[in-house]
Amino acid sequence: MLHFYIFLPFLAALLIGISAKRVSRIHTGWFVLPVPVVLFILFSTKMPILAEGKIVQSVANWIPSLDIQLSFYLDGLSMLFSLLITGIGSLVVLYSIFYLSKKEQLVHFYVYLLIFMGSMLGVVLSDNVFVLYTFWEFTSISSFLLIGFWFYREKSTYGAQKSMLVTVFGGLSMLGALILLSITAETNSIRTMIANRSEIIESNLFIPILILLLLGAFTKSAQFPFHSWLPDAMEAPTPVSAYLHSATMVKAGIYLVARFSLIFSGSDEFFIIVSGIGLITLCIGSFLASRQTDLKGILAYSTISQLGMIMTMLGFGTGAAALAAIFHIFNHATFKGSLFMIAGIVDHETGTRDIRRLGGLYTFMPISATLAFFGAFSMAGIPLPIFNGFLSKEMFFDSSLKLEQTSGFAGLFAEWAPILAVIGSIFTFVYSMYLVFGTFTGKAKLGQLEKKPHEAPIGMLISPIILIVFVVLVGLLPNLINEPLLAPAVASITGDFAITHLAFWHGFNTPLYMSLIVVVIGTILAFTLKKWQPIYNAIPGKFSSDYWYQSLINGLLKFSSVFTKSYMTGSLRLYTSIILVFLTASTSIFIYVTDGFKISFDDLAPVTWPEVLVGFVMAVAAIATIWMTQRIAAIIVIGVVGYGLSLLFVFFRAPDLALTQLIVETITVALFLLCFTHLPKLKKSDKKSSEKLVDFVIAASTGALLTIVAISSHSSKYFDSIAKYFVDNSYELGGGDNIVNVILVDFRGLDTLFEIAVLGLAALGIFAMIKYRDKGDMNH
Amino acid sequence: MQSSNNLILKTTTTIIVFVILAFSVNMLFSGHNAPGGGFIGGLMGAGGFLLLYISYGLQPVHRILPINFTYMIAAGLLIAVLTGAGSFLLGVPFLSHTFAYFHFPLLGKTELATAMLFDLGVYLTVIGVTMTIILSIAEDKIEREAEEGN
Repeated sequence: MLHFYIFLPFLAALLIGISAKRVSRIHTGWFVLPVPVVLFILFSTKMPILAEGKIVQSVANWIPSLDIQLSFYLDGLSMLFSLLITGIGSLVVLYSIFYLSKKEQLVHFYVYLLIFMGSMLGVVLSDNVFVLYTFWEFTSISSFLLIGFWFYREKSTYGAQKSMLVTVFGGLSMLGALILLSITAETNSIRTMIANRSEIIESNLFIPILILLLLGAFTKSAQFPFHSWLPDAMEAPTPVSAYLHSATMVKAGIYLVARFSLIFSGSDEFFIIVSGIGLITLCIGSFLASRQTDLKGILAYSTISQLGMIMTMLGFGTGAAALAAIFHIFNHATFKGSLFMIAGIVDHETGTRDIRRLGGLYTFMPISATLAFFGAFSMAGIPLPIFNGFLSKEMFFDSSLKLEQTSGFAGLFAEWAPILAVIGSIFTFVYSMYLVFGTFTGKAKLGQLEKKPHEAPIGMLISPIILIVFVVLVGLLPNLINEPLLAPAVASITGDFAITHLAFWHGFNTPLYMSLIVVVIGTILAFTLKKWQPIYNAIPGKFSSDYWYQSLINGLLKFSSVFTKSYMTGSLRLYTSIILVFLTASTSIFIYVTDGFKISFDDLAPVTWPEVLVGFVMAVAAIATIWMTQRIAAIIVIGVVGYGLSLLFVFFRAPDLALTQLIVETITVALFLLCFTHLPKLKKSDKKSSEKLVDFVIAASTGALLTIVAISSHSSKYFDSIAKYFVDNSYELGGGDNIVNVILVDFRGLDTLFEIAVLGLAALGIFAMIKYRDKGDMNH
Repeated sequence: MQSSNNLILKTTTTIIVFVILAFSVNMLFSGHNAPGGGFIGGLMGAGGFLLLYISYGLQPVHRILPINFTYMIAAGLLIAVLTGAGSFLLGVPFLSHTFAYFHFPLLGKTELATAMLFDLGVYLTVIGVTMTIILSIAEDKIEREAEEGN
């Protein structure tokens, strides 16, 4: 059945793509909406099965010879993600129906969105690592298409390209890790890998696997230093930002780490890398969020920092931390989704997302404002038990305090973790307050807005209302989702199924004091934000990841351009030199390495004086050609070489060759004379003597090489020539005494056939070049 | 290659051309057993035609010998390919040759080989190729000079 769940969105995308344009009066989104809703209900019905600690699975063959099967399974972790994908997917589709006008290219939008939904389901449900990778790249591609949805905007295409480059870079490293994993574990199934995890841990490929896999997870989940694509992806339509870049796709990396943490967790490397990067991301993301002026920019950095927090908890690797991480995944999806939707509403109803131009919207849009306050307070972790964000943040503090790492660098790091967590949370508090108070309180600047603000239509508000209801409901009654949803999910990370009771109120303990510190310092910082905001300007641009990305791309483009231009100059002379140098160098190295040079004086014919004389004249003529100042003279001197060759053929008793060489040489010389009269006089070479020297060295070494090759190949005959067969059978089989001719027309007639075909083509080519030369000009 | 009033050249040409062409045909036919063959024969034949063109000029020769050398290439290639394809009729691989000896009146015992037909294809192609190349260039040169003259 799981196959049907995953391929339903793809099927729907196909149907919508074909048929939606025919029913243009109804918004396409209404046809899409049933898909995630039905899937959500179907997934929900499986919850009781999981609560008993069982799993659902289904297998189908795809490429059996490579052991790649479409094997899907639904355990607690997959269930949590599937419900988020389909649940928030439904809400986002509903929201987008009211957000996007019918003038937009809705078919494209929903097709991309459905493809994304299906592939995301594929990622979280796959058991086969290569199927997982396939769906992973599908999410990258559909996300790329969605970010560039308004493709006529330069910023959209820039953001789309950036996210594509970063996530595909990570995706490919992940593929590397998956291949190494499947080699090490000798299986393609994730669950078998987890079962045989000792093989992987003990193998010497452990560190490469870990790093490559984490590269994939970090790029997808926008962790430091790969976070810079996420703020640029905010050029996507807001439903996309709400869906992909807060609730689902950016959590694919989280999913990956959670899924494989049964293998890696416990190792110091995993702890330091994942928690370290997570904490850095948490602090940097939350610190930079208050710098932004764009509502979605703030939310993007906030997403980065929250993802960092989840990553940190996954890195801790304790049962409590896993529960906190899972709980926060759920909470973050609810409040961040609703905040994005409200940012979209503000944008939609006022015409701007610039927080400097917004303010005092509370009176104009009271419902949205209330929702935003709930969402932001939950995000900040205000210590009131009606916000689910507070509960998961408490658990985060708690787990950071109870780290068991005691020795070495990991232990040192573990001591610092709670402090960093508090610092990150303080800034989280600051930007959350900055976001809601800056938008909804203060004086309204109606003059700066494009539209007169008013409350959004009810259809747009339904989705954020539902999400905020979850925020409060889960905040009040955390055990509502604990038993059916969180416990099985934690079980898939930690490996044992145990229901931890989520306390509604922890009482007065260290985490609560940490929360209070966060609130006190956060409030002070939030009130004095205007005073210390100039600090941001003091940070040089060099420290931003944008700067590094941009200089990397520019540097790469510049380097490849300079590199290509350095040898692709268009000069045939240079290309010839390169070819000759490469030929000479590679062949000489080969001869040297294989000790291929041989010289033997056996089997040599006696040298006669006429041969020496002719050879000497040919050599003199060949060398003399170089110094000729006129073309005609050069042609005639070259002719001497040709006639000398035909004389040598006579000496070597090859009458057919001699005749052919004689006539061909005559015709060639005649043709040269005919053509070269058109050419201007030879210019005196203006090359420097150093360049001439280089040319000379290249020419001389190529000549020397060919001489060596000729000597060596003559000296090392490993088997007899087949010539004897032709000599013996020429008359018997070919009916002729002229062996050369019999070979040409009978034994090897095919060669001759194609040689005359070459001649014919050459003649036709010359004919066409000459006769149709001016036709082009005449047509103009 | 314009016609000139060079009487000695024209007179010797008329005699020599026949010798050359006869030698070229001889080369073609004797190629199987003595030095020669389609390729050399063809080049030699082209040489004979060239001599005619050199002494009499393009137009007069073309009037007497209205041969389209470009078609000759096609004819030669066709003959060569068909010779090869003919072996299919007897159920043997492409380009398989055979030969037999016959007794003709006058000629006596004569060898006839299918390879000869193939060589004929080579012969025609080579003549066609050489003449096409040289005539194309020569005609072009004459046309250009005529244009520049105007």
